Amino acid sequence: MKHTESENTGVDWRSESTSAPDVTRRERLREVYEDGVRTPLLVAWADWRTRFGLLIVGGYLAMALVAVFGLWREPSTSQAPRYLMLFENMNYPLGTTASGTDLAALIIYSTPDILLMITAGAVWATGVAVAIGTIAGYKGGQVDQALMSFSDLVMAIPGLPLVIILAVTLNPENPILLGVIINISYWAGLGRSLRSQVLTIRQNDYVEASRTMGVSTPRIIWKDIIPNLMPYVTVNFVFAARYVMFASVGLFFLGVLPYSKQNWGVTLNFAYSGGALFSWSAAHWLLAPMLAIMGLSLGLILLGQGMDRVFNPRVRTRMAGESKSTASDDEDTGLTEVL
Amino acid sequence: MVNYYVRRTARVFATIFLVASLTFGLIRLLPGGPFTQLRATLLRQGVPAEEVDARIANLQNIRPDAPLYEQYANYMLSLAQGNLGESIALNEPVVAIIAKAAPWTIFVVLVSTVLVFVVGIFLGSLQAYWEGSKFDQVLSGISISLMSVPFYVVAVILLYVFAYQFGWLPTAGTVGTSVERELSVPFLLSALEHSILPIVSYTLGAIGGQALAMRGNSIQVLGNDYVQVARLRGLSDRRIATRYVARNAILPMYTGFLLLLGFRLGGTVILEQIFSYTGLGYYLFSSLTSNDYPLMMGTFLVITVALVLGVYVADLTYSKIDPRISAGDSDEAY
Repeated sequence: MKHTESENTGVDWRSESTSAPDVTRRERLREVYEDGVRTPLLVAWADWRTRFGLLIVGGYLAMALVAVFGLWREPSTSQAPRYLMLFENMNYPLGTTASGTDLAALIIYSTPDILLMITAGAVWATGVAVAIGTIAGYKGGQVDQALMSFSDLVMAIPGLPLVIILAVTLNPENPILLGVIINISYWAGLGRSLRSQVLTIRQNDYVEASRTMGVSTPRIIWKDIIPNLMPYVTVNFVFAARYVMFASVGLFFLGVLPYSKQNWGVTLNFAYSGGALFSWSAAHWLLAPMLAIMGLSLGLILLGQGMDRVFNPRVRTRMAGESKSTASDDEDTGLTEVL
Repeated sequence: MVNYYVRRTARVFATIFLVASLTFGLIRLLPGGPFTQLRATLLRQGVPAEEVDARIANLQNIRPDAPLYEQYANYMLSLAQGNLGESIALNEPVVAIIAKAAPWTIFVVLVSTVLVFVVGIFLGSLQAYWEGSKFDQVLSGISISLMSVPFYVVAVILLYVFAYQFGWLPTAGTVGTSVERELSVPFLLSALEHSILPIVSYTLGAIGGQALAMRGNSIQVLGNDYVQVARLRGLSDRRIATRYVARNAILPMYTGFLLLLGFRLGGTVILEQIFSYTGLGYYLFSSLTSNDYPLMMGTFLVITVALVLGVYVADLTYSKIDPRISAGDSDEAY
């Protein structure tokens, strides 16, 4: 568990290193690097799921860079023959649409906005949830009541319909704003389940000990509570990101969000209304955006599970002991499927 | 304890009141204004001008010339009487439309969520039991793949294959057009036939996550000391499996189930649009595109109330079935 404070340095990366006063600044930095960056990455990399997840998400990042630096032709109508199939012409590997637009270009140029959007949405949702959940769970009493009533109110508003109404009202085109709007109420459920985790954690002996020792509340929350929530938070961060993607693509697909920005959902919508559902020769038009969605989603899920392993002390201990990745625990990830 | 239930119940009403106010405010924010849009639409449809004015005046819940606070008061008052006004686009009381639409949505969401829950728990516990086996690995892989497919993608694929290519299942609607809407065998069969694709596509994508969550829970429970102790005490496997493992692994998912039910009601906006399945989500979306304010508020509110009640029931019952969680107010405050 995170609370164990060990005295040896560098070696025991499970501990929340509290350095002795005679350790130099440089040594401490190195220790922080070892504990906080290198070892978790190594542990994560040792697990094939995380490796896959990192590779996939990295691939999408690369795609976003390709779009940002213009390394692939931009999508435009009649830039290629109409209705090219998958791999029919290797200049247009994903084929073309009814209007002769390069599908690969459509997919690639949607990526930067989607990545921005899902990051913004996930940061917003988990940030608010952690703040509300820990404070409510730890403080209890009136604060808890007030915060949970507020969460209940937010949770009581059906997310997707609310987002649809907001989207029609505000017509958001900025991907960051869009990400936040889509997850505007996502934090509520997460905050509530984090609170219940905190309720259990604060009963633990070491929290009790910290309290009797007179450690300040913010410090207890920061040192004793939040580290124990980390597996939960990281996994839900990834799921929040995935929710933003699913919801945004769905809403673009419905035609609720403004069309001006490229999104896989827009491509899906055009394919759908362009009759791709009826003819085999246009099926790739539907398939390309679908594969793009599923690929990123798969990457995010694998990454989420991998993060769980990195932050889950129980599994890490086992892995340190066996140095072989047989660990396969999955923590309860709280609210599972929403979309 | 009784105090807690009273307060919790009061909070339900307060929440519904607040959400109703919020819906009113939100929907008032929509661009265009309800009646300029409506006038234009009706005039374009060739309805004579004086009839347009009369119809607008007849709409119960919103009187466009009244000041906002009066509109609000009127809205809340008639809401309390169960009057949701009249739909602008469909020219019918909103309550009647909702009464027609809600059963379809409830049917699809309930069946698919129960399927997700039951199948997910079943698969997850089997996986946990045979942790690390081929079965576990393959199923985990399938679960993760399923999780990465959004339900609307499943819906489009299923629609493509089973409705358009093979023609086995209908492409749209809740029942066949030639079928009488009365309780009869052909009606039920037709309804069932029309609901297969929506239910399957709404179920498939969600099962994976549920199975993985259950698997995680069960593995955690299996590792607990009390399970070992129970084994040492020589209790039967069945007793251990049902009383010790299943109970403790399903408990955390119980609240999730009721929340899931509520959340998934919202998702039907996309689902029902794809299948032209005339449930709540379908009308919510169509009311939005036609600026049909009363219908929009009505459907939104009904979905909201369902969610509120779901959370309420979860809250009240969770402390009953899990004695570790006290019902909220007995915890001392730090």
